[in-house]
Amino acid sequence: MSRVLTERSLEHVVLERGEVANSWRRERWDSLRLLTPNWLSRLPGYAYAGSDPDGFMNLPEVVDFIARFAAENSAPVRTHAAVTSVRSIEGGYQVATEQGEIRCRCLVIASGANNTPRVPDLRRGVPQTVQCLTTFSYRNPDTLPPGGVLIVGAAATGLQLADEIHRSGRPVTLCVGEHVRLPRSYRGRDILWWMENSGVWNQRYDQIEDLERARRLPSPQLVGTPEHATLELNTLSRAGVEIVGKLAAVRDGRALFSGGLVNQLALADLKMERLLDTFDVWARESHIDSEVGPVERFELTQAPPSTRLSLDLRSGEIRTIVWATGYRPDYRWLNVPVLTHKGELRHDGGVVTEAPGMYVLGLPVLRRRKSTFINGAEADTRDLAQHLAGYLAGSNA
Amino acid sequence: MGNIVNNGVNVDALLAAREALKNAPAAGEFTWRASCKWLNGTHARSTVQGFRGLGEEQSHKSEFSFDTDHPAVFASEDNGATPVEVVLVGLASCLTAGVAAVAQNRGIQLRSVEARLEGKMNIAGILGIDGDIRNGYDSIKVTFHVDADASKKEIEALVAQSQKRSAVFDIITNPTDVTVEVV
Repeated sequence: MSRVLTERSLEHVVLERGEVANSWRRERWDSLRLLTPNWLSRLPGYAYAGSDPDGFMNLPEVVDFIARFAAENSAPVRTHAAVTSVRSIEGGYQVATEQGEIRCRCLVIASGANNTPRVPDLRRGVPQTVQCLTTFSYRNPDTLPPGGVLIVGAAATGLQLADEIHRSGRPVTLCVGEHVRLPRSYRGRDILWWMENSGVWNQRYDQIEDLERARRLPSPQLVGTPEHATLELNTLSRAGVEIVGKLAAVRDGRALFSGGLVNQLALADLKMERLLDTFDVWARESHIDSEVGPVERFELTQAPPSTRLSLDLRSGEIRTIVWATGYRPDYRWLNVPVLTHKGELRHDGGVVTEAPGMYVLGLPVLRRRKSTFINGAEADTRDLAQHLAGYLAGSNA
Repeated sequence: MGNIVNNGVNVDALLAAREALKNAPAAGEFTWRASCKWLNGTHARSTVQGFRGLGEEQSHKSEFSFDTDHPAVFASEDNGATPVEVVLVGLASCLTAGVAAVAQNRGIQLRSVEARLEGKMNIAGILGIDGDIRNGYDSIKVTFHVDADASKKEIEALVAQSQKRSAVFDIITNPTDVTVEVV
């Protein structure tokens, strides 16, 4: 946004609670890599320039990528300036930071959707003898005690951690609720190449039939590895990871799992096939069938022959639980009445209509399906910068 | 497509209700009720009529009643279905209604929908013979036969979505807090 505002010669300041790329520096696990291949890791006027366009950046590389973008653009970043409160005032907003007060006419909330781990209330029933970690506190398998690990959640994070913790020799049980299955590559191209080029990723928020559902979707089961490996439940369960249903309750020290696992697996397979069908139709209609590989279909997800419906957390079988149950934004500092009863920001494609001059970026399907991916930022920021400039011009008049 | 397809489900009304409830979350709080009177032996009669929802008391247009009992092999008089069969009835009817609603919403004309259900149970549990055997069903298998203007894939998706939105499927597959008291 800063870059796009600079292009429009709009004076602004970027408030950063820590250092540039703070959450990538401090709030992610060691082995994390971007899900987006390098060639697609683009920001306004800025792209990957290294020697491995098909690779995936690791954490230090992501930090470097973003820090260099900030430096190249001489972005007016004020670091170590966490925002403690935002209030509406006549003609704008009063922002309190750790480095003093600021008044502004427009406010862009770009703190993202992943500020704190979203951990279900049922964690309170977990016996004290079991160590609980979130995706913020987990770093690598070496920091875990020996023994069994229960991973709750089967989005990208849950599957990535299940894989690496299982490889460390610890028995892993993985709780699987609603999830999004995707192969890493399809017909010889990266799956995100298909998302980008077929137009699926550019689908606008106001053209999506069930927008709320689209915004709540878990992140697709993907991992960025040098081998371009597909991360999927079939591979994990064959390697020895035990797949169980969604963690439905913890009662009297026992974890109870949903008996609806088979349907969750079937739904994810059906949705993946529908998406691949869409890609095939697009490839045919765009006359590029000869440029990509032949049509592929993947093995259906095999349900375990029988699944456990309960597990005694007091038996010592499970020593650690990792809550890979997603994230939520933190708006405790936002003292403007624009939140729903569930604490979500009400907005129309990033325009906070109830608070003139207020905008938000980086939320799921904010304006497009790709809004939360690194290359999704540009289109959204350009749209919102245009709205913001119009607002400023209008309120000047 | 919605004009041509008619499965007898008023999807527009359901979608309007969904929109209305988004803005009035309290109205979505429903209380369903049933009462049951013992008649004799294992024979009992349950009735339903009133329920609460949309912020006020509501009522079915008449009282519905359900007799339950056990068959002769349980040395009972067989005046009605067993309660565990009623559970299958609840699941079957919820999933079937869901298939119709989802089909209507997706513009798929149904010609026939039949579900067959099988619940497997070892009664050594309820008889207290073996503490390792649970009282309830070990597994429930639902088989749908759907004749509709749709591909097999689309029909599978209908049935999958119906499970996803089914109250009874959720009640059976996930734990529910149940309190029983005597007054």
